[in-house]
Amino acid sequence: MAGGRMQLELSRVVQGRSRLGVLKGLGRTGQHSLEVPGCLLYTHFGTVPHLTQDTLHTLRNLPSVTQVTLSNIAEHQEVLEEFKDGFRKFAGLHDTVVYCSLHDPATLCPTGYTTNKTVSVWGSGGRIELTVAKFMALQKTVQPDWYQSMADGETWQNSTSRKRVRKSVDRTLAHLDECLLVHQKSQELDGVEVFGVVEGGDILEERVRSARETAKRPVAGFCLDGLQTASMDQRLRTQLITAVNKELPEDKPRLLQGVGRPDEVLACVEAGVDLFESFFPFQVTERGCALCFSFDISPDPERAGRAPPEVLELSEEKDAAGDTKQNGDLNHDDQTQMTSFEINLKDKRYQDDFRPLVEGCGCYCCKNHQRAYLHHLLVTNELLAGVLLMIHNTSHYHGFFSALREALAKDKLDLLKTRVLRAGAQQMEREEQDG
Amino acid sequence: ESGLPSSPLTLRIVAECPVTKARVCDLILPHCTVNTPVFMPVGTQGTLKGITVDQLEDLGCQICLGNTYHLGMRPGPDLIEKANDLHGFMNWKRNLLTDSGGFQMVSLVELSEVTEEGVKFKSPYDGKEILLSPEKSISIQNSLGSDIMMQLDDVVSSTVTGPRVEEAMHRSVRWLDRCIAANKNPHKQNLFAIIQGGLNSKLRKACLDEMTKRDVPGFAIGGLSGGEEKDDFWRMVTLSTDHLPREKPRYLMGVGYAVDLVVCVALGCDMFDCVFPTRTARFGSALVPWGSLQVKQKQYAKDFQPIDPDCQCPTCKRHSRAYLHALFKSDTAAMHHVTIHNISYQLTLMRSVRQSIMEGRFPEFIQSFMKRMFPSRDQYPSWTVDALASVNITLQ
Repeated sequence: MAGGRMQLELSRVVQGRSRLGVLKGLGRTGQHSLEVPGCLLYTHFGTVPHLTQDTLHTLRNLPSVTQVTLSNIAEHQEVLEEFKDGFRKFAGLHDTVVYCSLHDPATLCPTGYTTNKTVSVWGSGGRIELTVAKFMALQKTVQPDWYQSMADGETWQNSTSRKRVRKSVDRTLAHLDECLLVHQKSQELDGVEVFGVVEGGDILEERVRSARETAKRPVAGFCLDGLQTASMDQRLRTQLITAVNKELPEDKPRLLQGVGRPDEVLACVEAGVDLFESFFPFQVTERGCALCFSFDISPDPERAGRAPPEVLELSEEKDAAGDTKQNGDLNHDDQTQMTSFEINLKDKRYQDDFRPLVEGCGCYCCKNHQRAYLHHLLVTNELLAGVLLMIHNTSHYHGFFSALREALAKDKLDLLKTRVLRAGAQQMEREEQDG
Repeated sequence: ESGLPSSPLTLRIVAECPVTKARVCDLILPHCTVNTPVFMPVGTQGTLKGITVDQLEDLGCQICLGNTYHLGMRPGPDLIEKANDLHGFMNWKRNLLTDSGGFQMVSLVELSEVTEEGVKFKSPYDGKEILLSPEKSISIQNSLGSDIMMQLDDVVSSTVTGPRVEEAMHRSVRWLDRCIAANKNPHKQNLFAIIQGGLNSKLRKACLDEMTKRDVPGFAIGGLSGGEEKDDFWRMVTLSTDHLPREKPRYLMGVGYAVDLVVCVALGCDMFDCVFPTRTARFGSALVPWGSLQVKQKQYAKDFQPIDPDCQCPTCKRHSRAYLHALFKSDTAAMHHVTIHNISYQLTLMRSVRQSIMEGRFPEFIQSFMKRMFPSRDQYPSWTVDALASVNITLQ
């Protein structure tokens, strides 16, 4: 084995697929753990977007694993090499597990630059080409606790040919083998975990092939890549993930890349995914919105005795004007499109709304500020808007994952699904009534 | 802590420098006591550029500024009243000072016209014609509920000369009286006068004579810090403090560079404000005892020290110049880190000044401050040498 002590302890498997448990033995000394299903802490170069230590630490129960990306880091290789002591120390990240991914999940890269031997990332100065050698040199310099192997995931466009998909699977496996070879010889990477990456586009056979082959390698877990486009039907995504997971060992974690919308998270957990990246709250923040969907599964005396509310179909969404939109209609590049899980604070209706973003939310923003103030900050382009929204959205999103774990523990997943999906539509109606 | 019901401001003089004109005071305002000399950060639109009120409080800030012009436009006084005034709206529990809107009027707005009535201008948001009169300015500031309000003054650039300066000075006196009359909350909100008169000693003296006849709780020295020669600047400052009452606070508007602060404290000023420290932070410029450090410059890419190894601010305790340099390419938080550092620098500087005055070693403090700030004695700006000499400090 190339890695350290990472171990997945499952306490429940619900209906044969949804898994609940703890990922233990994380970090160099193995003392950290992460509950699953769970998400990693999304950062730009080690910083949660907009936040400094003080604002970050208003949040309780942050994930113990911080995600950093080579998109942000690659251009600083020389500096880190001179620093010598690894990225965690360079960024002032005390006491956290560092996971290094290839790409930033919040931004889709330009395509057409991947070759048989290279992949590219985009830093602030432009494109940086990575061979396995350079990729591994970066890992030795970054010194993460855990990283994903180099992969070719450029199959998310609708028009990707079968041949191209096959290539991505072959290349990714080749990269993995090369990475592992270097890893096993590197003292700097002793104790560091490697995840293999499962590719295969939207072609079932390729997905299965990629999964089977990757599972043969000595990796600590699996990243599921190439499923992140918003134009991929969740039903197809579920089908592919289910097929992939059948080929993967049950006792190793599965991390799904680039998927973060709450309804999609629920569906993918049901398909057997354990870990997600938490870039979604950041995207919501950037469009001036606040997450507000309910994930409350506590027994509600008011609801007892009434007929269960309609459950929203996963493929339907209502936008702010009330028109129905199909999932597939969303422009696959437009991950900036507002979802039904959030409110748009730039809207005039919030100008004199003195309620917190979400009633009962204990985050710093909701305890100290009102919608009217956030509205003002957004209208006047003030930097504080990003800070406050990031705090709230991060808190809300992690609260959702907490509720998800609780739902799995108490057999209340269906209730949670109803709340999360229905709440989206209810929120829209409420907005229309108030407005 | 608050003043007596009839006075929302009490000034306690804690120490006076026996050599210079510097003083240390406790300024008791409705929301808390402010220790002077004090630097007041500027939170223009009801927020301090990326910093939460908790962070501001943790840095030790006791008073900050809001802008009447900006807030009067957006979100407007009515909404802020509904939100329990500006304190309630931003959730700032300490003191607030609002300016009158006059300065923005002439500096930001094109085609503004000044008459005896007030300042007429076109709203940049909807093109409507608006008149900012003394009454209107005070009305907005009453709604904002600031602890200190500024009179509407007839603002003229310090580089302007001739009869316009005199006209503006006299009009500012008349507008002061109208502001005093218009203040709905004299028991909760303090109205400060603003001494004008440009760079003309006669005019300034006349303004001082007139305005000090009015019973206002404090005075600002205005019409300076606008691009005039520093040599003229300090002479007007010291002339003003010579003729302002000892037992009322002196607020020098728009001054915030470290050297200017130290010298003007020596000349007898208590309160200062300036956008510079927070604005320059967003460009990656960090303020340090030896000047400033442009974190975005290549030379800091591999510099693994903090901005200032002696600084105790949250940024310097955790991050290096190299990290911040890199972070500027990835995330807005880089700006916040430098903003926090710069505010900390300013507030710490004033705290050190205050401490040195209380301990009777302000002259020594000035000497070592200047030594640290400039590479050599012959690099000391001549105006600082002259200004300090005027208060018995011979720079070595």
